[in-house]
Amino acid sequence: MLEVFIFATLNGLVTGFLLFMLASGLTLIFSMMGVLNFAHASFYMLGAYFAYSLSLYFGFWTGLIFAPLIVGTLGALVERYGLRKVHASGHVAELVFTFGLAFLIEESIQFFWGRDTKNYQTPDLLDFPLFTLFGQEFSAYRGFMMAISIGIFIALYYVLTKSRVGIIIQAAITHPQTVSNLGHNVPLIFMGVFGVGTALAGLAGVIAGPVLTTFPGMATVLGSIVFVIVIIGGLGSLAGAFIASLLIGLLQSYAIASDVGMPDLLSLLGISFDRGHPLNDLWTMNLPQIAPVLPYLLLVLVLIFRPTGLLGKREE
Amino acid sequence: MMALLKKSSIWIAFLIALLGLPLLFDSILAISILNQMAIAIVFALSYNMLLGQGGMLSFGHAVYFGLGGFLSVHALMLIEYETMVFSILWIPLIGGLFGLLAGIFIGSFSTRKAGTVFAMISLGIGELIAASSLIFSSFFGGEAGISGDRTFGPTFFGFDFAQNIEIYYVAAVWAFIATLFMWLFTQTPAGRMANAVRDNPERAEFIGYSSRKVRFISFCASGMFAGIAGGLFALNYEFITEENLNAATSGRVLLMAYIGGLGYFIGPIIGAVVLTLMNSLLSNYSELWMLYLGIMFLLTVMFLPRGFAGFIMMHQLAWVRGNMKMLIKPYIITGIPALLFALCAIALIEMSHTEDEVFHYLGFALNPASPVTWIVILAIAGGAFYAVKRSFNQLNDAWETANAIPKEEES
Repeated sequence: MLEVFIFATLNGLVTGFLLFMLASGLTLIFSMMGVLNFAHASFYMLGAYFAYSLSLYFGFWTGLIFAPLIVGTLGALVERYGLRKVHASGHVAELVFTFGLAFLIEESIQFFWGRDTKNYQTPDLLDFPLFTLFGQEFSAYRGFMMAISIGIFIALYYVLTKSRVGIIIQAAITHPQTVSNLGHNVPLIFMGVFGVGTALAGLAGVIAGPVLTTFPGMATVLGSIVFVIVIIGGLGSLAGAFIASLLIGLLQSYAIASDVGMPDLLSLLGISFDRGHPLNDLWTMNLPQIAPVLPYLLLVLVLIFRPTGLLGKREE
Repeated sequence: MMALLKKSSIWIAFLIALLGLPLLFDSILAISILNQMAIAIVFALSYNMLLGQGGMLSFGHAVYFGLGGFLSVHALMLIEYETMVFSILWIPLIGGLFGLLAGIFIGSFSTRKAGTVFAMISLGIGELIAASSLIFSSFFGGEAGISGDRTFGPTFFGFDFAQNIEIYYVAAVWAFIATLFMWLFTQTPAGRMANAVRDNPERAEFIGYSSRKVRFISFCASGMFAGIAGGLFALNYEFITEENLNAATSGRVLLMAYIGGLGYFIGPIIGAVVLTLMNSLLSNYSELWMLYLGIMFLLTVMFLPRGFAGFIMMHQLAWVRGNMKMLIKPYIITGIPALLFALCAIALIEMSHTEDEVFHYLGFALNPASPVTWIVILAIAGGAFYAVKRSFNQLNDAWETANAIPKEEES
């Protein structure tokens, strides 16, 4: 039981930190532009595919450095020549634009790379068990993923709160007019943050690609979960996004690892139903089965009872 | 009497068009496309009720379509096993009622806010229902879905609905009724208030309306019509799967309504017709049609924020002033190179994707392996792009003059 718990915790943390890399960019972009970027997970997918192609010729490490840069540049271009143009037509148009962009990126990936799953491998250098606990191995690559994500988290925290650039960004989020009057180029700051946010998503794709498989549906799989996190955490709140990422990561990991379900609950209550009962599906449901539903259930509950999210302040 | 006839002439024309189309296009493929169109029109209009008229951006509208469809297939099964016997003509009504019930239940908490909060609740509910449809397999049939048979019910004047054409007439009549009622809804105080709440909820509150209640009414009505569309889907295909209530279907209806033009009643109809045609016809020619659809959608959002219908309505002023002929020539001058550019772009995309030795395109046999082909097409595309850029200013000037206020009106 203990070993299941420890490994579920470790895996949950790996997923949680990975989710945070996506959620942090998304929530920063939201607080700047007031728009949720539907295509954010698509940039994550682009990161994985670029890194895969680069790794074929130059190895994994080149991909790790250059794929996020390419993705970030693409993101900045999208902001400059797409989103900024649509901004005049209002928020709904912006949301719909990013939705269309997500659609287009998925189709483009199928066009350039094909529909099949890509054989994107972890580097040989990290292909060993980091430690063995209760006879179960924890791979070094997962440790590496966690190290990178924690590193990004610390760097992001430091840049945003301590550095001059971070302070200007924070000011530009709340008082764009004043910052502009002080002589800073606010549109350029926005473009830069959009670029960095998408680059972070790309980096998440690079390191997640080998573990979570690189295929054209990978953006859809993660995309809506990242949305859920950003909303549960509170729109625009980085700390909230961090808590929610870990919460969702651990929640899913525990749900999958556990083996309890409705039958256990019913036998605890001393009720039993025969197999022919019309709600048989409900009475035989177990936790791993409903693990994929849990984040959405949490989302709907949070939106009903606390629409601002855990740490959100923004009230519409 | 004459006034009523004049007012309803467009509806009579619509009904004649709906019922007359299968006489013009009577191949099996055409009938199946017409069936899809009738379903798509109802579905897209119900979506427009939400987003275009009520200002609620939903990413989970397929839920009501799918739930209505699932219950309709269950109703078909009931008829088949003679648990209940009624004509299948009423199936869309059952779908609609279930869509309404789902709308009342979900709308009771999701319509509290519009904007991003509503959009996210709809996304969450959509994902929740799509994911749980795979868990509750006795109702949803798991990944395979459920299927029924529409031929078991009592016949209607001798028709047993085995043929697609018979179902088309059922769908056409239902589509007509649904469209008429959705239009009438926009004329009711509830429909008018929906517009007011969309534009300025605060003001609506000040004149004594609860913006939440107004949203709730639109939401329920929209759920009902989506359920009717789902019922028509069930009748047409006789099966339904999880795919019909997941995010992909929700996304498609958003595409339809947006490309057609939000805010105009006719917009979603145009979008539904165009997208269904693209879906059925273009997919025969190219496996990349979804890519083109994505490009078209982004271009629409960027350059025609009010959709095709908005583009047509833009010319109203010039039309009223009798200045349309001033625009024809500049349109042709810009349009021809623009079309040429689009054709070249498609050729380049297809050539880089094809694996054949020779690629047949518009009567030309192109050789994708030779660099000469690429250079020639790129040169034509470049020339066309330059021509569009050059002539665009003229078009703009012509547009300004055509829409300018005439001199005598100014004084």
